[in-house]
Amino acid sequence: MIREIFDGLAITLKYFFKPKATEDWPAKPHKVAERFRGRHFLARYSGGQERCVACYLCQKVCPAKAITIESEERPDGTRYPIKYEINMIRCIFCGYCEDACPEDAIILGKTLEFPTRSREQMIYTKEMLLALAPKGFDGKQPPEEDSHRPHAYQKSQEPKR
Amino acid sequence: MSIFSIAFMVAVVGVKVGIMVGCIMLCMAMMTLMERRFLGFMQCRLGPNQVGYFGVLQPFADGIKNLFKEDFTPAGADKILYNLAPILALTPALFAFAVIPFGPKIETIANYNLQIYGEPIDLGPLSNLVAGDINVGVLFFMAIASMEVFGIALAGWSSNSKYSLLGGLRAGAQMISYELAMTMSVLSIVMISGSLRLEDIVHLQEGRWFVFLQPLGFLIFLICMLAETNRAPFDLPEAESELVAGFHMEYSSLKFAMFFMGEYVAMLGISSFATTLFLGGFNGPFGPSILWFALKVFFLIAFFIHIRATLPRFRYDQLMKFGWNYLIPLSILNLVATALVMTLLR
Repeated sequence: MIREIFDGLAITLKYFFKPKATEDWPAKPHKVAERFRGRHFLARYSGGQERCVACYLCQKVCPAKAITIESEERPDGTRYPIKYEINMIRCIFCGYCEDACPEDAIILGKTLEFPTRSREQMIYTKEMLLALAPKGFDGKQPPEEDSHRPHAYQKSQEPKR
Repeated sequence: MSIFSIAFMVAVVGVKVGIMVGCIMLCMAMMTLMERRFLGFMQCRLGPNQVGYFGVLQPFADGIKNLFKEDFTPAGADKILYNLAPILALTPALFAFAVIPFGPKIETIANYNLQIYGEPIDLGPLSNLVAGDINVGVLFFMAIASMEVFGIALAGWSSNSKYSLLGGLRAGAQMISYELAMTMSVLSIVMISGSLRLEDIVHLQEGRWFVFLQPLGFLIFLICMLAETNRAPFDLPEAESELVAGFHMEYSSLKFAMFFMGEYVAMLGISSFATTLFLGGFNGPFGPSILWFALKVFFLIAFFIHIRATLPRFRYDQLMKFGWNYLIPLSILNLVATALVMTLLR
């Protein structure tokens, strides 16, 4: 019994000097996983045109009913959303909108924290979502053969902070 | 003894006690932080580090929080005893420090000839670093240290709660069982040193600590020390997994804080006592003696925390069996062996 006690004491002493699992958050940023689903953004083509064609698939698939779209037609016959709102309080960050989107327009970024002082500020408009798109996103399609591989955006982006 | 001498003595002892209580309370506050942080380190986490640098203001934040909590008294509680119990838990723990010498006598002050109106003033109280320099310090400490259980037992009784009562009962039974073994191990030190005065015992350990003469006695003392202060693995009176919180279950606000303080001050006191008896007290190779004393006490407190982080709680019957079947016979054996060796060496 005495030996076991000393073994136990040795283990606790060893752990005393080991690196700790606690993160010093928020002083140091939390390192998110490679396929982390954070705050959304709306992507553009490299030419600057919005990718979203207002197909309503994301609004339909959204289990939390967080997305509201109103569409309109351009003179050349292409469609685009005049209103694209995501209610970030309702959103459960399931990523279905990203999966459903045929144009890779809506993408979940890596931003973990985006608190605001009011509920109104948590409703993101189309302009806000477009402004959130990172510069490095060049509009490549995701690899068709394996949908479980990290997205082009996710591969290219480290958490920016 | 002249009136000036008495007044001087009272003033000096008063100031000394004030400084000591302040220092002890500060140490106690830092100990709670140290325990939480060290336990955290041993559990792969950091512990409270947000309030102040390294979390040093955490104990004070906790104290203020405790101050503003509701002071609750359960229905059917014995009001007088219920209010008296926390005081009885804290004050004996503080009393026990009265006989602990923190440093050697300062001879230059002791030999200085001070006279007021031709009356010589006794500078003894000013020259030594002990509040009450009595010649039965060991006895005094043991008597006061065992009084700490009254607060716990009375708290258990007066709370009018079954869990509290069980906690109080356990505290009483545990104290009786482990006090004996502790006294035996201290007795062998007293036999070696031939004095009950703690400063004499410290001076006898210059160059050779009593822990080397009494390794078994020290081990027994360490175990009993944990049991006396109701610390893990002997924390049966407040076993949170079975008795919710044991004896202090019904207490809140500052009364709870006083139990908490009592426990930590008792830990500090008994660590000081162990340092004085076994680890050479304030003796050190160089530098100020009080720092060596503090260092030794620090390591004993760290030992308390280390044990708490490692060992699970004893079951009640295991506790009793260990105390009466192993510890007390072992301590008697140690005492008899010490006596035999001393007789043979004479």
